[in-house]
Formats: sequence, C-alpha cells, structure tokens
Amino acid sequence: MSLKLLNISKNFGTVLANNDISIDIGQGEIHGLLGENGAGKSTLVNIISGSLTSEAGTVELDGKYLDLSSPTDAIEAGIGILHQEPLVFLPFSIIDNFLAGLPKSRDFDRKLVRDDIHKICQEYGFDLDPDTVASSLTIGERQQLEIARLLWMGARVLILDEPTTAISETQRENLFTTIERLAANGMSVIFVSHKLDEIQSICDRVTVLRKGVLIDTLTVPCPTSDLVNLMFGGYTQAIPQNQTVLGQDLLILDGICAREETTAIEEVHCKFSEGEIIGLAGLEGAGQRLLLRTITGLTKSYRGSTYFKGEKITKHSYKWYMENGFHYLPADRSGEGLIQGLTITEHFALTGNQSRKTIDWNKSRQLAEDKLQEYSIRGTVNSKPEDLSGGNQQRLLLALMPNNLSVLSMEHPTRGLDIESAEWIWKELLARSKNGTIIIFSSSDIDELINFSDRILVCFSGEIIGNLSSKETTPYEIGSLIGGVQP
Amino acid sequence: MKGITGPIYYYSTAVLVSMVFVSILLALFKIPIFETYTLLITGSLGSMTKLGDTLMVSVPLIIASASLVITFRAGLWNIGVEGQIIAGAVAASFIAREIHMSPGLLLPTMIVAGFLGGGFWGLLVGLLKVKGGVNEIFGGLGLDFVATGLVVYLVIGPWSRKGIASTSGTEPFQDNAWFPTIEGFRLSPLAVSISLLVVLMVLFVFNRTQFGLRLRAIGLNPNSSYRFGISTSRYILMAFILGGAVAGLAGVTQVASIHHRLIPSISGGYGFLGILVVLLAGYRPSLVIPIAFFFSMIAIGSIQWQLRLGLHSSLGGVFQGTLVLSVILISAMRLLRQRRELHVKAGE
Repeated sequence: MSLKLLNISKNFGTVLANNDISIDIGQGEIHGLLGENGAGKSTLVNIISGSLTSEAGTVELDGKYLDLSSPTDAIEAGIGILHQEPLVFLPFSIIDNFLAGLPKSRDFDRKLVRDDIHKICQEYGFDLDPDTVASSLTIGERQQLEIARLLWMGARVLILDEPTTAISETQRENLFTTIERLAANGMSVIFVSHKLDEIQSICDRVTVLRKGVLIDTLTVPCPTSDLVNLMFGGYTQAIPQNQTVLGQDLLILDGICAREETTAIEEVHCKFSEGEIIGLAGLEGAGQRLLLRTITGLTKSYRGSTYFKGEKITKHSYKWYMENGFHYLPADRSGEGLIQGLTITEHFALTGNQSRKTIDWNKSRQLAEDKLQEYSIRGTVNSKPEDLSGGNQQRLLLALMPNNLSVLSMEHPTRGLDIESAEWIWKELLARSKNGTIIIFSSSDIDELINFSDRILVCFSGEIIGNLSSKETTPYEIGSLIGGVQP
Repeated sequence: MKGITGPIYYYSTAVLVSMVFVSILLALFKIPIFETYTLLITGSLGSMTKLGDTLMVSVPLIIASASLVITFRAGLWNIGVEGQIIAGAVAASFIAREIHMSPGLLLPTMIVAGFLGGGFWGLLVGLLKVKGGVNEIFGGLGLDFVATGLVVYLVIGPWSRKGIASTSGTEPFQDNAWFPTIEGFRLSPLAVSISLLVVLMVLFVFNRTQFGLRLRAIGLNPNSSYRFGISTSRYILMAFILGGAVAGLAGVTQVASIHHRLIPSISGGYGFLGILVVLLAGYRPSLVIPIAFFFSMIAIGSIQWQLRLGLHSSLGGVFQGTLVLSVILISAMRLLRQRRELHVKAGE
C-alpha cells in the first residue's frame, strides 16, 4: 500500500496553488504536510480527496492510477479525509451518520452497522454509543466518529487536515494514539499542520510547501530550525521603517478572554501607547481576528478588563467604541467591510453626517467626489464595491473612516493588493499613526510585520506567546513562534 | 441592458412569456384566445364604472405592496403582512363601532387607529425576530392565523349581528364611517389619495432619508452595516412597525371604503398578492403603482371571463402567477449569463 502523487499542479486564476508536486507515502507512514497559510496544503489534500481536480499530475494508490473527480471517487478508492471541522450530520445519531454514508455495496441493516461500530470502537479504544446524537459530542468525539466512519467505509489512506486546532490537550493525546495505532495497522496517514512540535512528535517524514512549491521532504525528527527555515525561508532581514516615539499607555488589555465560533483568545495582557503600530503575527485562526474585534468592541470579552485613557471600557457598547474613535477594518473587504449594492455616494451618505435625518445628496456626492480624488480611487461616485478592485476597495474603506481615530485595528491591510496600492495604504496608515492613532494590524507577511510595526505580538492557539521589538527580532524568531516553538 | 430599458425589456418579455403560457392553456380547452384577452381589457377599462372598480381594487393592493417594499428592502420577508392588514381593519372597525365622536373626527381617527393597529401587529413580528430569534416568516405566518382567528371570533362573538350567528360579517358601519365616494361610483377619492400618499412616503423614505438608506444597507449586508455603527435590531424593529402600520392602512380602506363592515376575509388576500407585486417591481416603490394596477385589471377583467366565457375567474390568478414566475426566471437567466461572462473574463 502506497500513495504516490506525481507532478500535481493546480492554479486559481493566475495564482499557482500547487506547482509540480510529487510525494511518495509508504504503507504505515505518517507523513506531515507543513507550510504557512496559502502554501498550498489545503489545495493538495483537496485534490487527493477528490474535492478539487488538478490541472496536471496523477494520484496513484498501490501503483493503480486513480480518477478522482469527486469525494465519492476518493472514498471508494480508499482515501478518506478528516476535515478541520468534522463533516458530521449533527442532528443525526451516530448510527444514522454511518448509514447516511452507506456504500452502495452494503445492505441497509442497522444491526450489522451497529456491530461494525462496536468492533471499530473496540479496536481503536473509541467510546461511541451508536444512539448518541452527534450534536452532543465534543469536537474530539466528532473526530472519532468521523475516523470510525471513514475506516468503516474502507479508507486505507487517511488525511487529517489540521485536526488539533479546536480540541483540548487530552483529546489531542487520544487522537495521536489513534493515529499511531492506525499507522501500525498499515494505514497511510497524511497529517496537515502548521504546528512544528506536533510534526516532530508524530510524523515519520514531513514535506514542506511554500507558495505552492515543494521545498523539501525531511525525515523526522530533524532540527526544528531546519523546518522553520524551509517554511519561512527566502525572507531578507528587513529594516524597520517606522520609529515611533512612544507616549503614555493609552489602551490596556488586562487578561482579556473572548470566544467566537471556533476561535478563542485567552488571558491577553498588552499595553498600547499613543501612535504605536503593533503587528499581529500568527497563522490563520490563531486568534488575531478575534483580538482585533475585541479591541474595537465588536466582540465582548467574557473575562478580563480593557482600559482606555484610564477608564474601564470592557462593558461599553460598540456605539461607545465608535464614538470614541475605535475602528475595525476586516480582511473580507467587500463582504464585511463595504456594502455591495450601495454606490460610493450612498456609502458616504451612510457614514458621513449621521445626525441629519434627511440626506443632502448633492453634499454626499460632493464628499464622495472629493474623497475619490484624495484617496485616488479608480471608480466613480456611482460605482458599487463589487465594481472596484481589491486595492480600490481598501482605499474606499480608509476614505470612509472618520478623521481622528484613537485605535484602528485592521486585518491584513495589504493582502491581495498590488505593490502600488500596498505602499499607498501604508503611507496613509503611517500618517494616521503620526497623528496619534494606535494601529494594530494582523498580517501573514513577515516583511510587512517587521517593516511597519514598532512591536510584533505573535499569536499561537489563542495566546500571545511573543512580544517582540521589530528592531531586534528576526524573521527566524517570528517564524518559530508562529509555529509554536521558542527559538 | 441598463437604466430604464432594463425593466421595460424584462416586463414586456415576461408579459409575452406568460401570455404564451396562458394562450396554450386556453387553446387546450378550445377557448377563443383573442376574445379572452380583449375581455380582460374591456372588462377592466371598458367603462367608467369598470375603471372605477379596477382603481378601487388597486388601492389596498398598492398600499399592501408599499408596506412590503419597506420590509423587503430591509431584507425582511414579512409574510405577516396579511395579519397586519387585518389588525388595521379590526382597529378601524373598533373605532367605527364602539367609539362615539363627532362625525368629522371619525374617519381621521379610524385611519390613525388602523395605522397604529397594523404597526402593533408588525412590532410583534419584529420582537419575535429580534428578541426571540424567531424567523419573521414563521412569526409572521403564525400571527396571520392569530389575526384571522381574532376576526372570526369578533364577527361571530362580541360584534355579531343581533340574533344571527353567522360568519358573513358584522352589521354595516354607520354612514359617517364610510369613505365618501364620487356620485354613482364605488370608488373613493380619499382611498385613492391614501394609496398615492403612501407610495410617495415610501419613495421619500428610501430616496431622501437616513432611515431608508440604513434599512437598505441592513437589507444588503447586516454585518457591514453593524460595523458602520447601525444598530441593526433597532432598525429591524422600526421597519416592522412602519411596514405594519402602512399595511394597517390597507385594512382601513378595506373596511371603510369597500366592505363597510368587518368580514372574516377582510384582508382580501392583498397581502399575499402584494408579495407578487413587489417581487415583480424588484422592490422599487415607483413600479408598485403600475404593476398593482395591472394586477387589478386582471382581477376585475377576469370577472368577465366567468360571465361571458364560462371560465373560472381563478384563471386570472394563473396569469398573475406565471407573470411573476416569468420575471423571476428571466432575471435569474440574466444573472446566470452575467456570471458566465465574468467567468469567461476571469479565464482570459
């Protein structure tokens, strides 16, 4: 039993997500797949599991070429994937979850399936009662359910896509025991992660991807520094451009905890002073977005306190935050930032002079025209966000912000933008910082973090595990911390 | 296809498509096609009386549609509009029956009462949604049934005619509670004026006020709107109150200008028909009047089908239904085509 990926390529538009990737995975091997966000890991496992089709390249199992045009093809061939969030029918009982994926070759027989579940549970030490409703299971138990189901459907290759993001320490240990037992039984396992210590502790070999390219495949254990260099290599030491003379601590987070959907931040302690620029490093889902939203009052913390100019503001309304110059800009500029379907003029009418009951369209149009000019936005006053490029959407979002902000928190200020727009955005942000605005931004671009921040906070699994001065840190140090390892 | 040519192109195509469909139906039953359509025109516009009747029917339909524009634009599927019409009718009937006041004040009081009654019923749907997390479709539908039950109770219970336990309706209102009509017609200029004023108000709200702009913003993207500092739940409540209040006015015209008493089917189905009108109008208040008028032509004209051709007048409903489906189909096809063109561009 061996899985062979040969010259797999896949592009989305002009972006090469996978560029000629070949990997061999042997029977009983646990093979790690490591890389930053956007390195191409998900694309690759989606191709192997039949959710995406590759433009070039083949997948072979035991020397047999596989035609994978749907997830059904993949599972019939014996390839199963455990998604980050297990794809479980929540309202169904466990046995019904099995029956919902009943292979064509089997009879619809509850008793047989029940016996099968017991057998699998015994073999792998799972604790699954066939009649329990899936929605009452923890994420860890849902993973067990999903693994058991995939085994039952005949999976011989198991892909685990960042399986430890949302589970507890104990559940993680259980999962690892299961994975090792599966491998001992001859299952080939692909383990996708960006946590370096996990790769080190469980994998036999690891393949590192960067920007869609296979950088190297190493035998584990290997020096963690090698992995960091492979993951983040190619960065030159940037020179910080921004030197803020720090004033008083204006904004203080004291043990903030917050939760939203599947992410959580725990016990965040930070101080921000006037005009400071703070970069948040970390992998997607490590808590940066939640922290940015909590700082601006969009999400409420359930524990801890926030102080602004000495006043405790933890429980204040989002309206209070807005009135006091807090502003949040999301990464999803057209979905969460702007309003598709409203023209630029209407956006300015909405955010401009809010006290008036009726709208003076001439004034709003004039305001829009002035701002289009001032922010060099390519579009007309009647353009809608969906007509604008990403760079122009970001400029519009900046143009819509009030003039005097005290705190601006921003996700990925320049993601997806061309160089000209990116430079322009930073010029604007630096000017705002000179006027005293605290700017807190998240980024997955280490150069951007070092270039523009005074300080860099590294988030890992909802905690801040690094508070670095951008003048003294190195890409290597940041990269290690992003992977959860102290350099 | 942009600007004004867009809608005209759509509607003419849609009318054509639905006419073809209805013609095929007629041909299947060997009914003269041309005469059927002529009857629709002559039956609804052929004489001053008929034109008056068509206008009369269009009044509650226009008002109900204007009410729906308010909530639909805010992204709220207010199926509860029927209940809000009924609540307005009940409130106005209460004033007409139970409150004794000077004749000059009676009609204005009835109008205000209907406005408030409908607004209250709308507020209930809004509260269920905002405070209870009940989807407005289910909350609205539930309250429709409650309102219908309330009317039936009133008509056979406390407000029943003396000695008769019948669901045919209450005693007619005193004369002062009737909307004045033009000599010889059933049409009331006051009712027509109310419907026009309501449309003007909705136009004004959405074109000129912060309130209307914010409702549209919430309808298009509640997340972004909240980020911009718009209190979404407050505006959702206000949309339901205003929408319900306007629908309540449709109830007032139903009791004071058409039936002159409370009957169990007082809403006349105009709430549901209004949904079709608003879908056809693409939520544009300016298109509500012509489309509602056209629907009224079908409603009145199809009476002649029954009289002259022995056709059931529900064929008019078939015509209206296919019209809406054609418009939705055509605009969906246009969207698909646009998306495909985008894909082709992206592929280049």
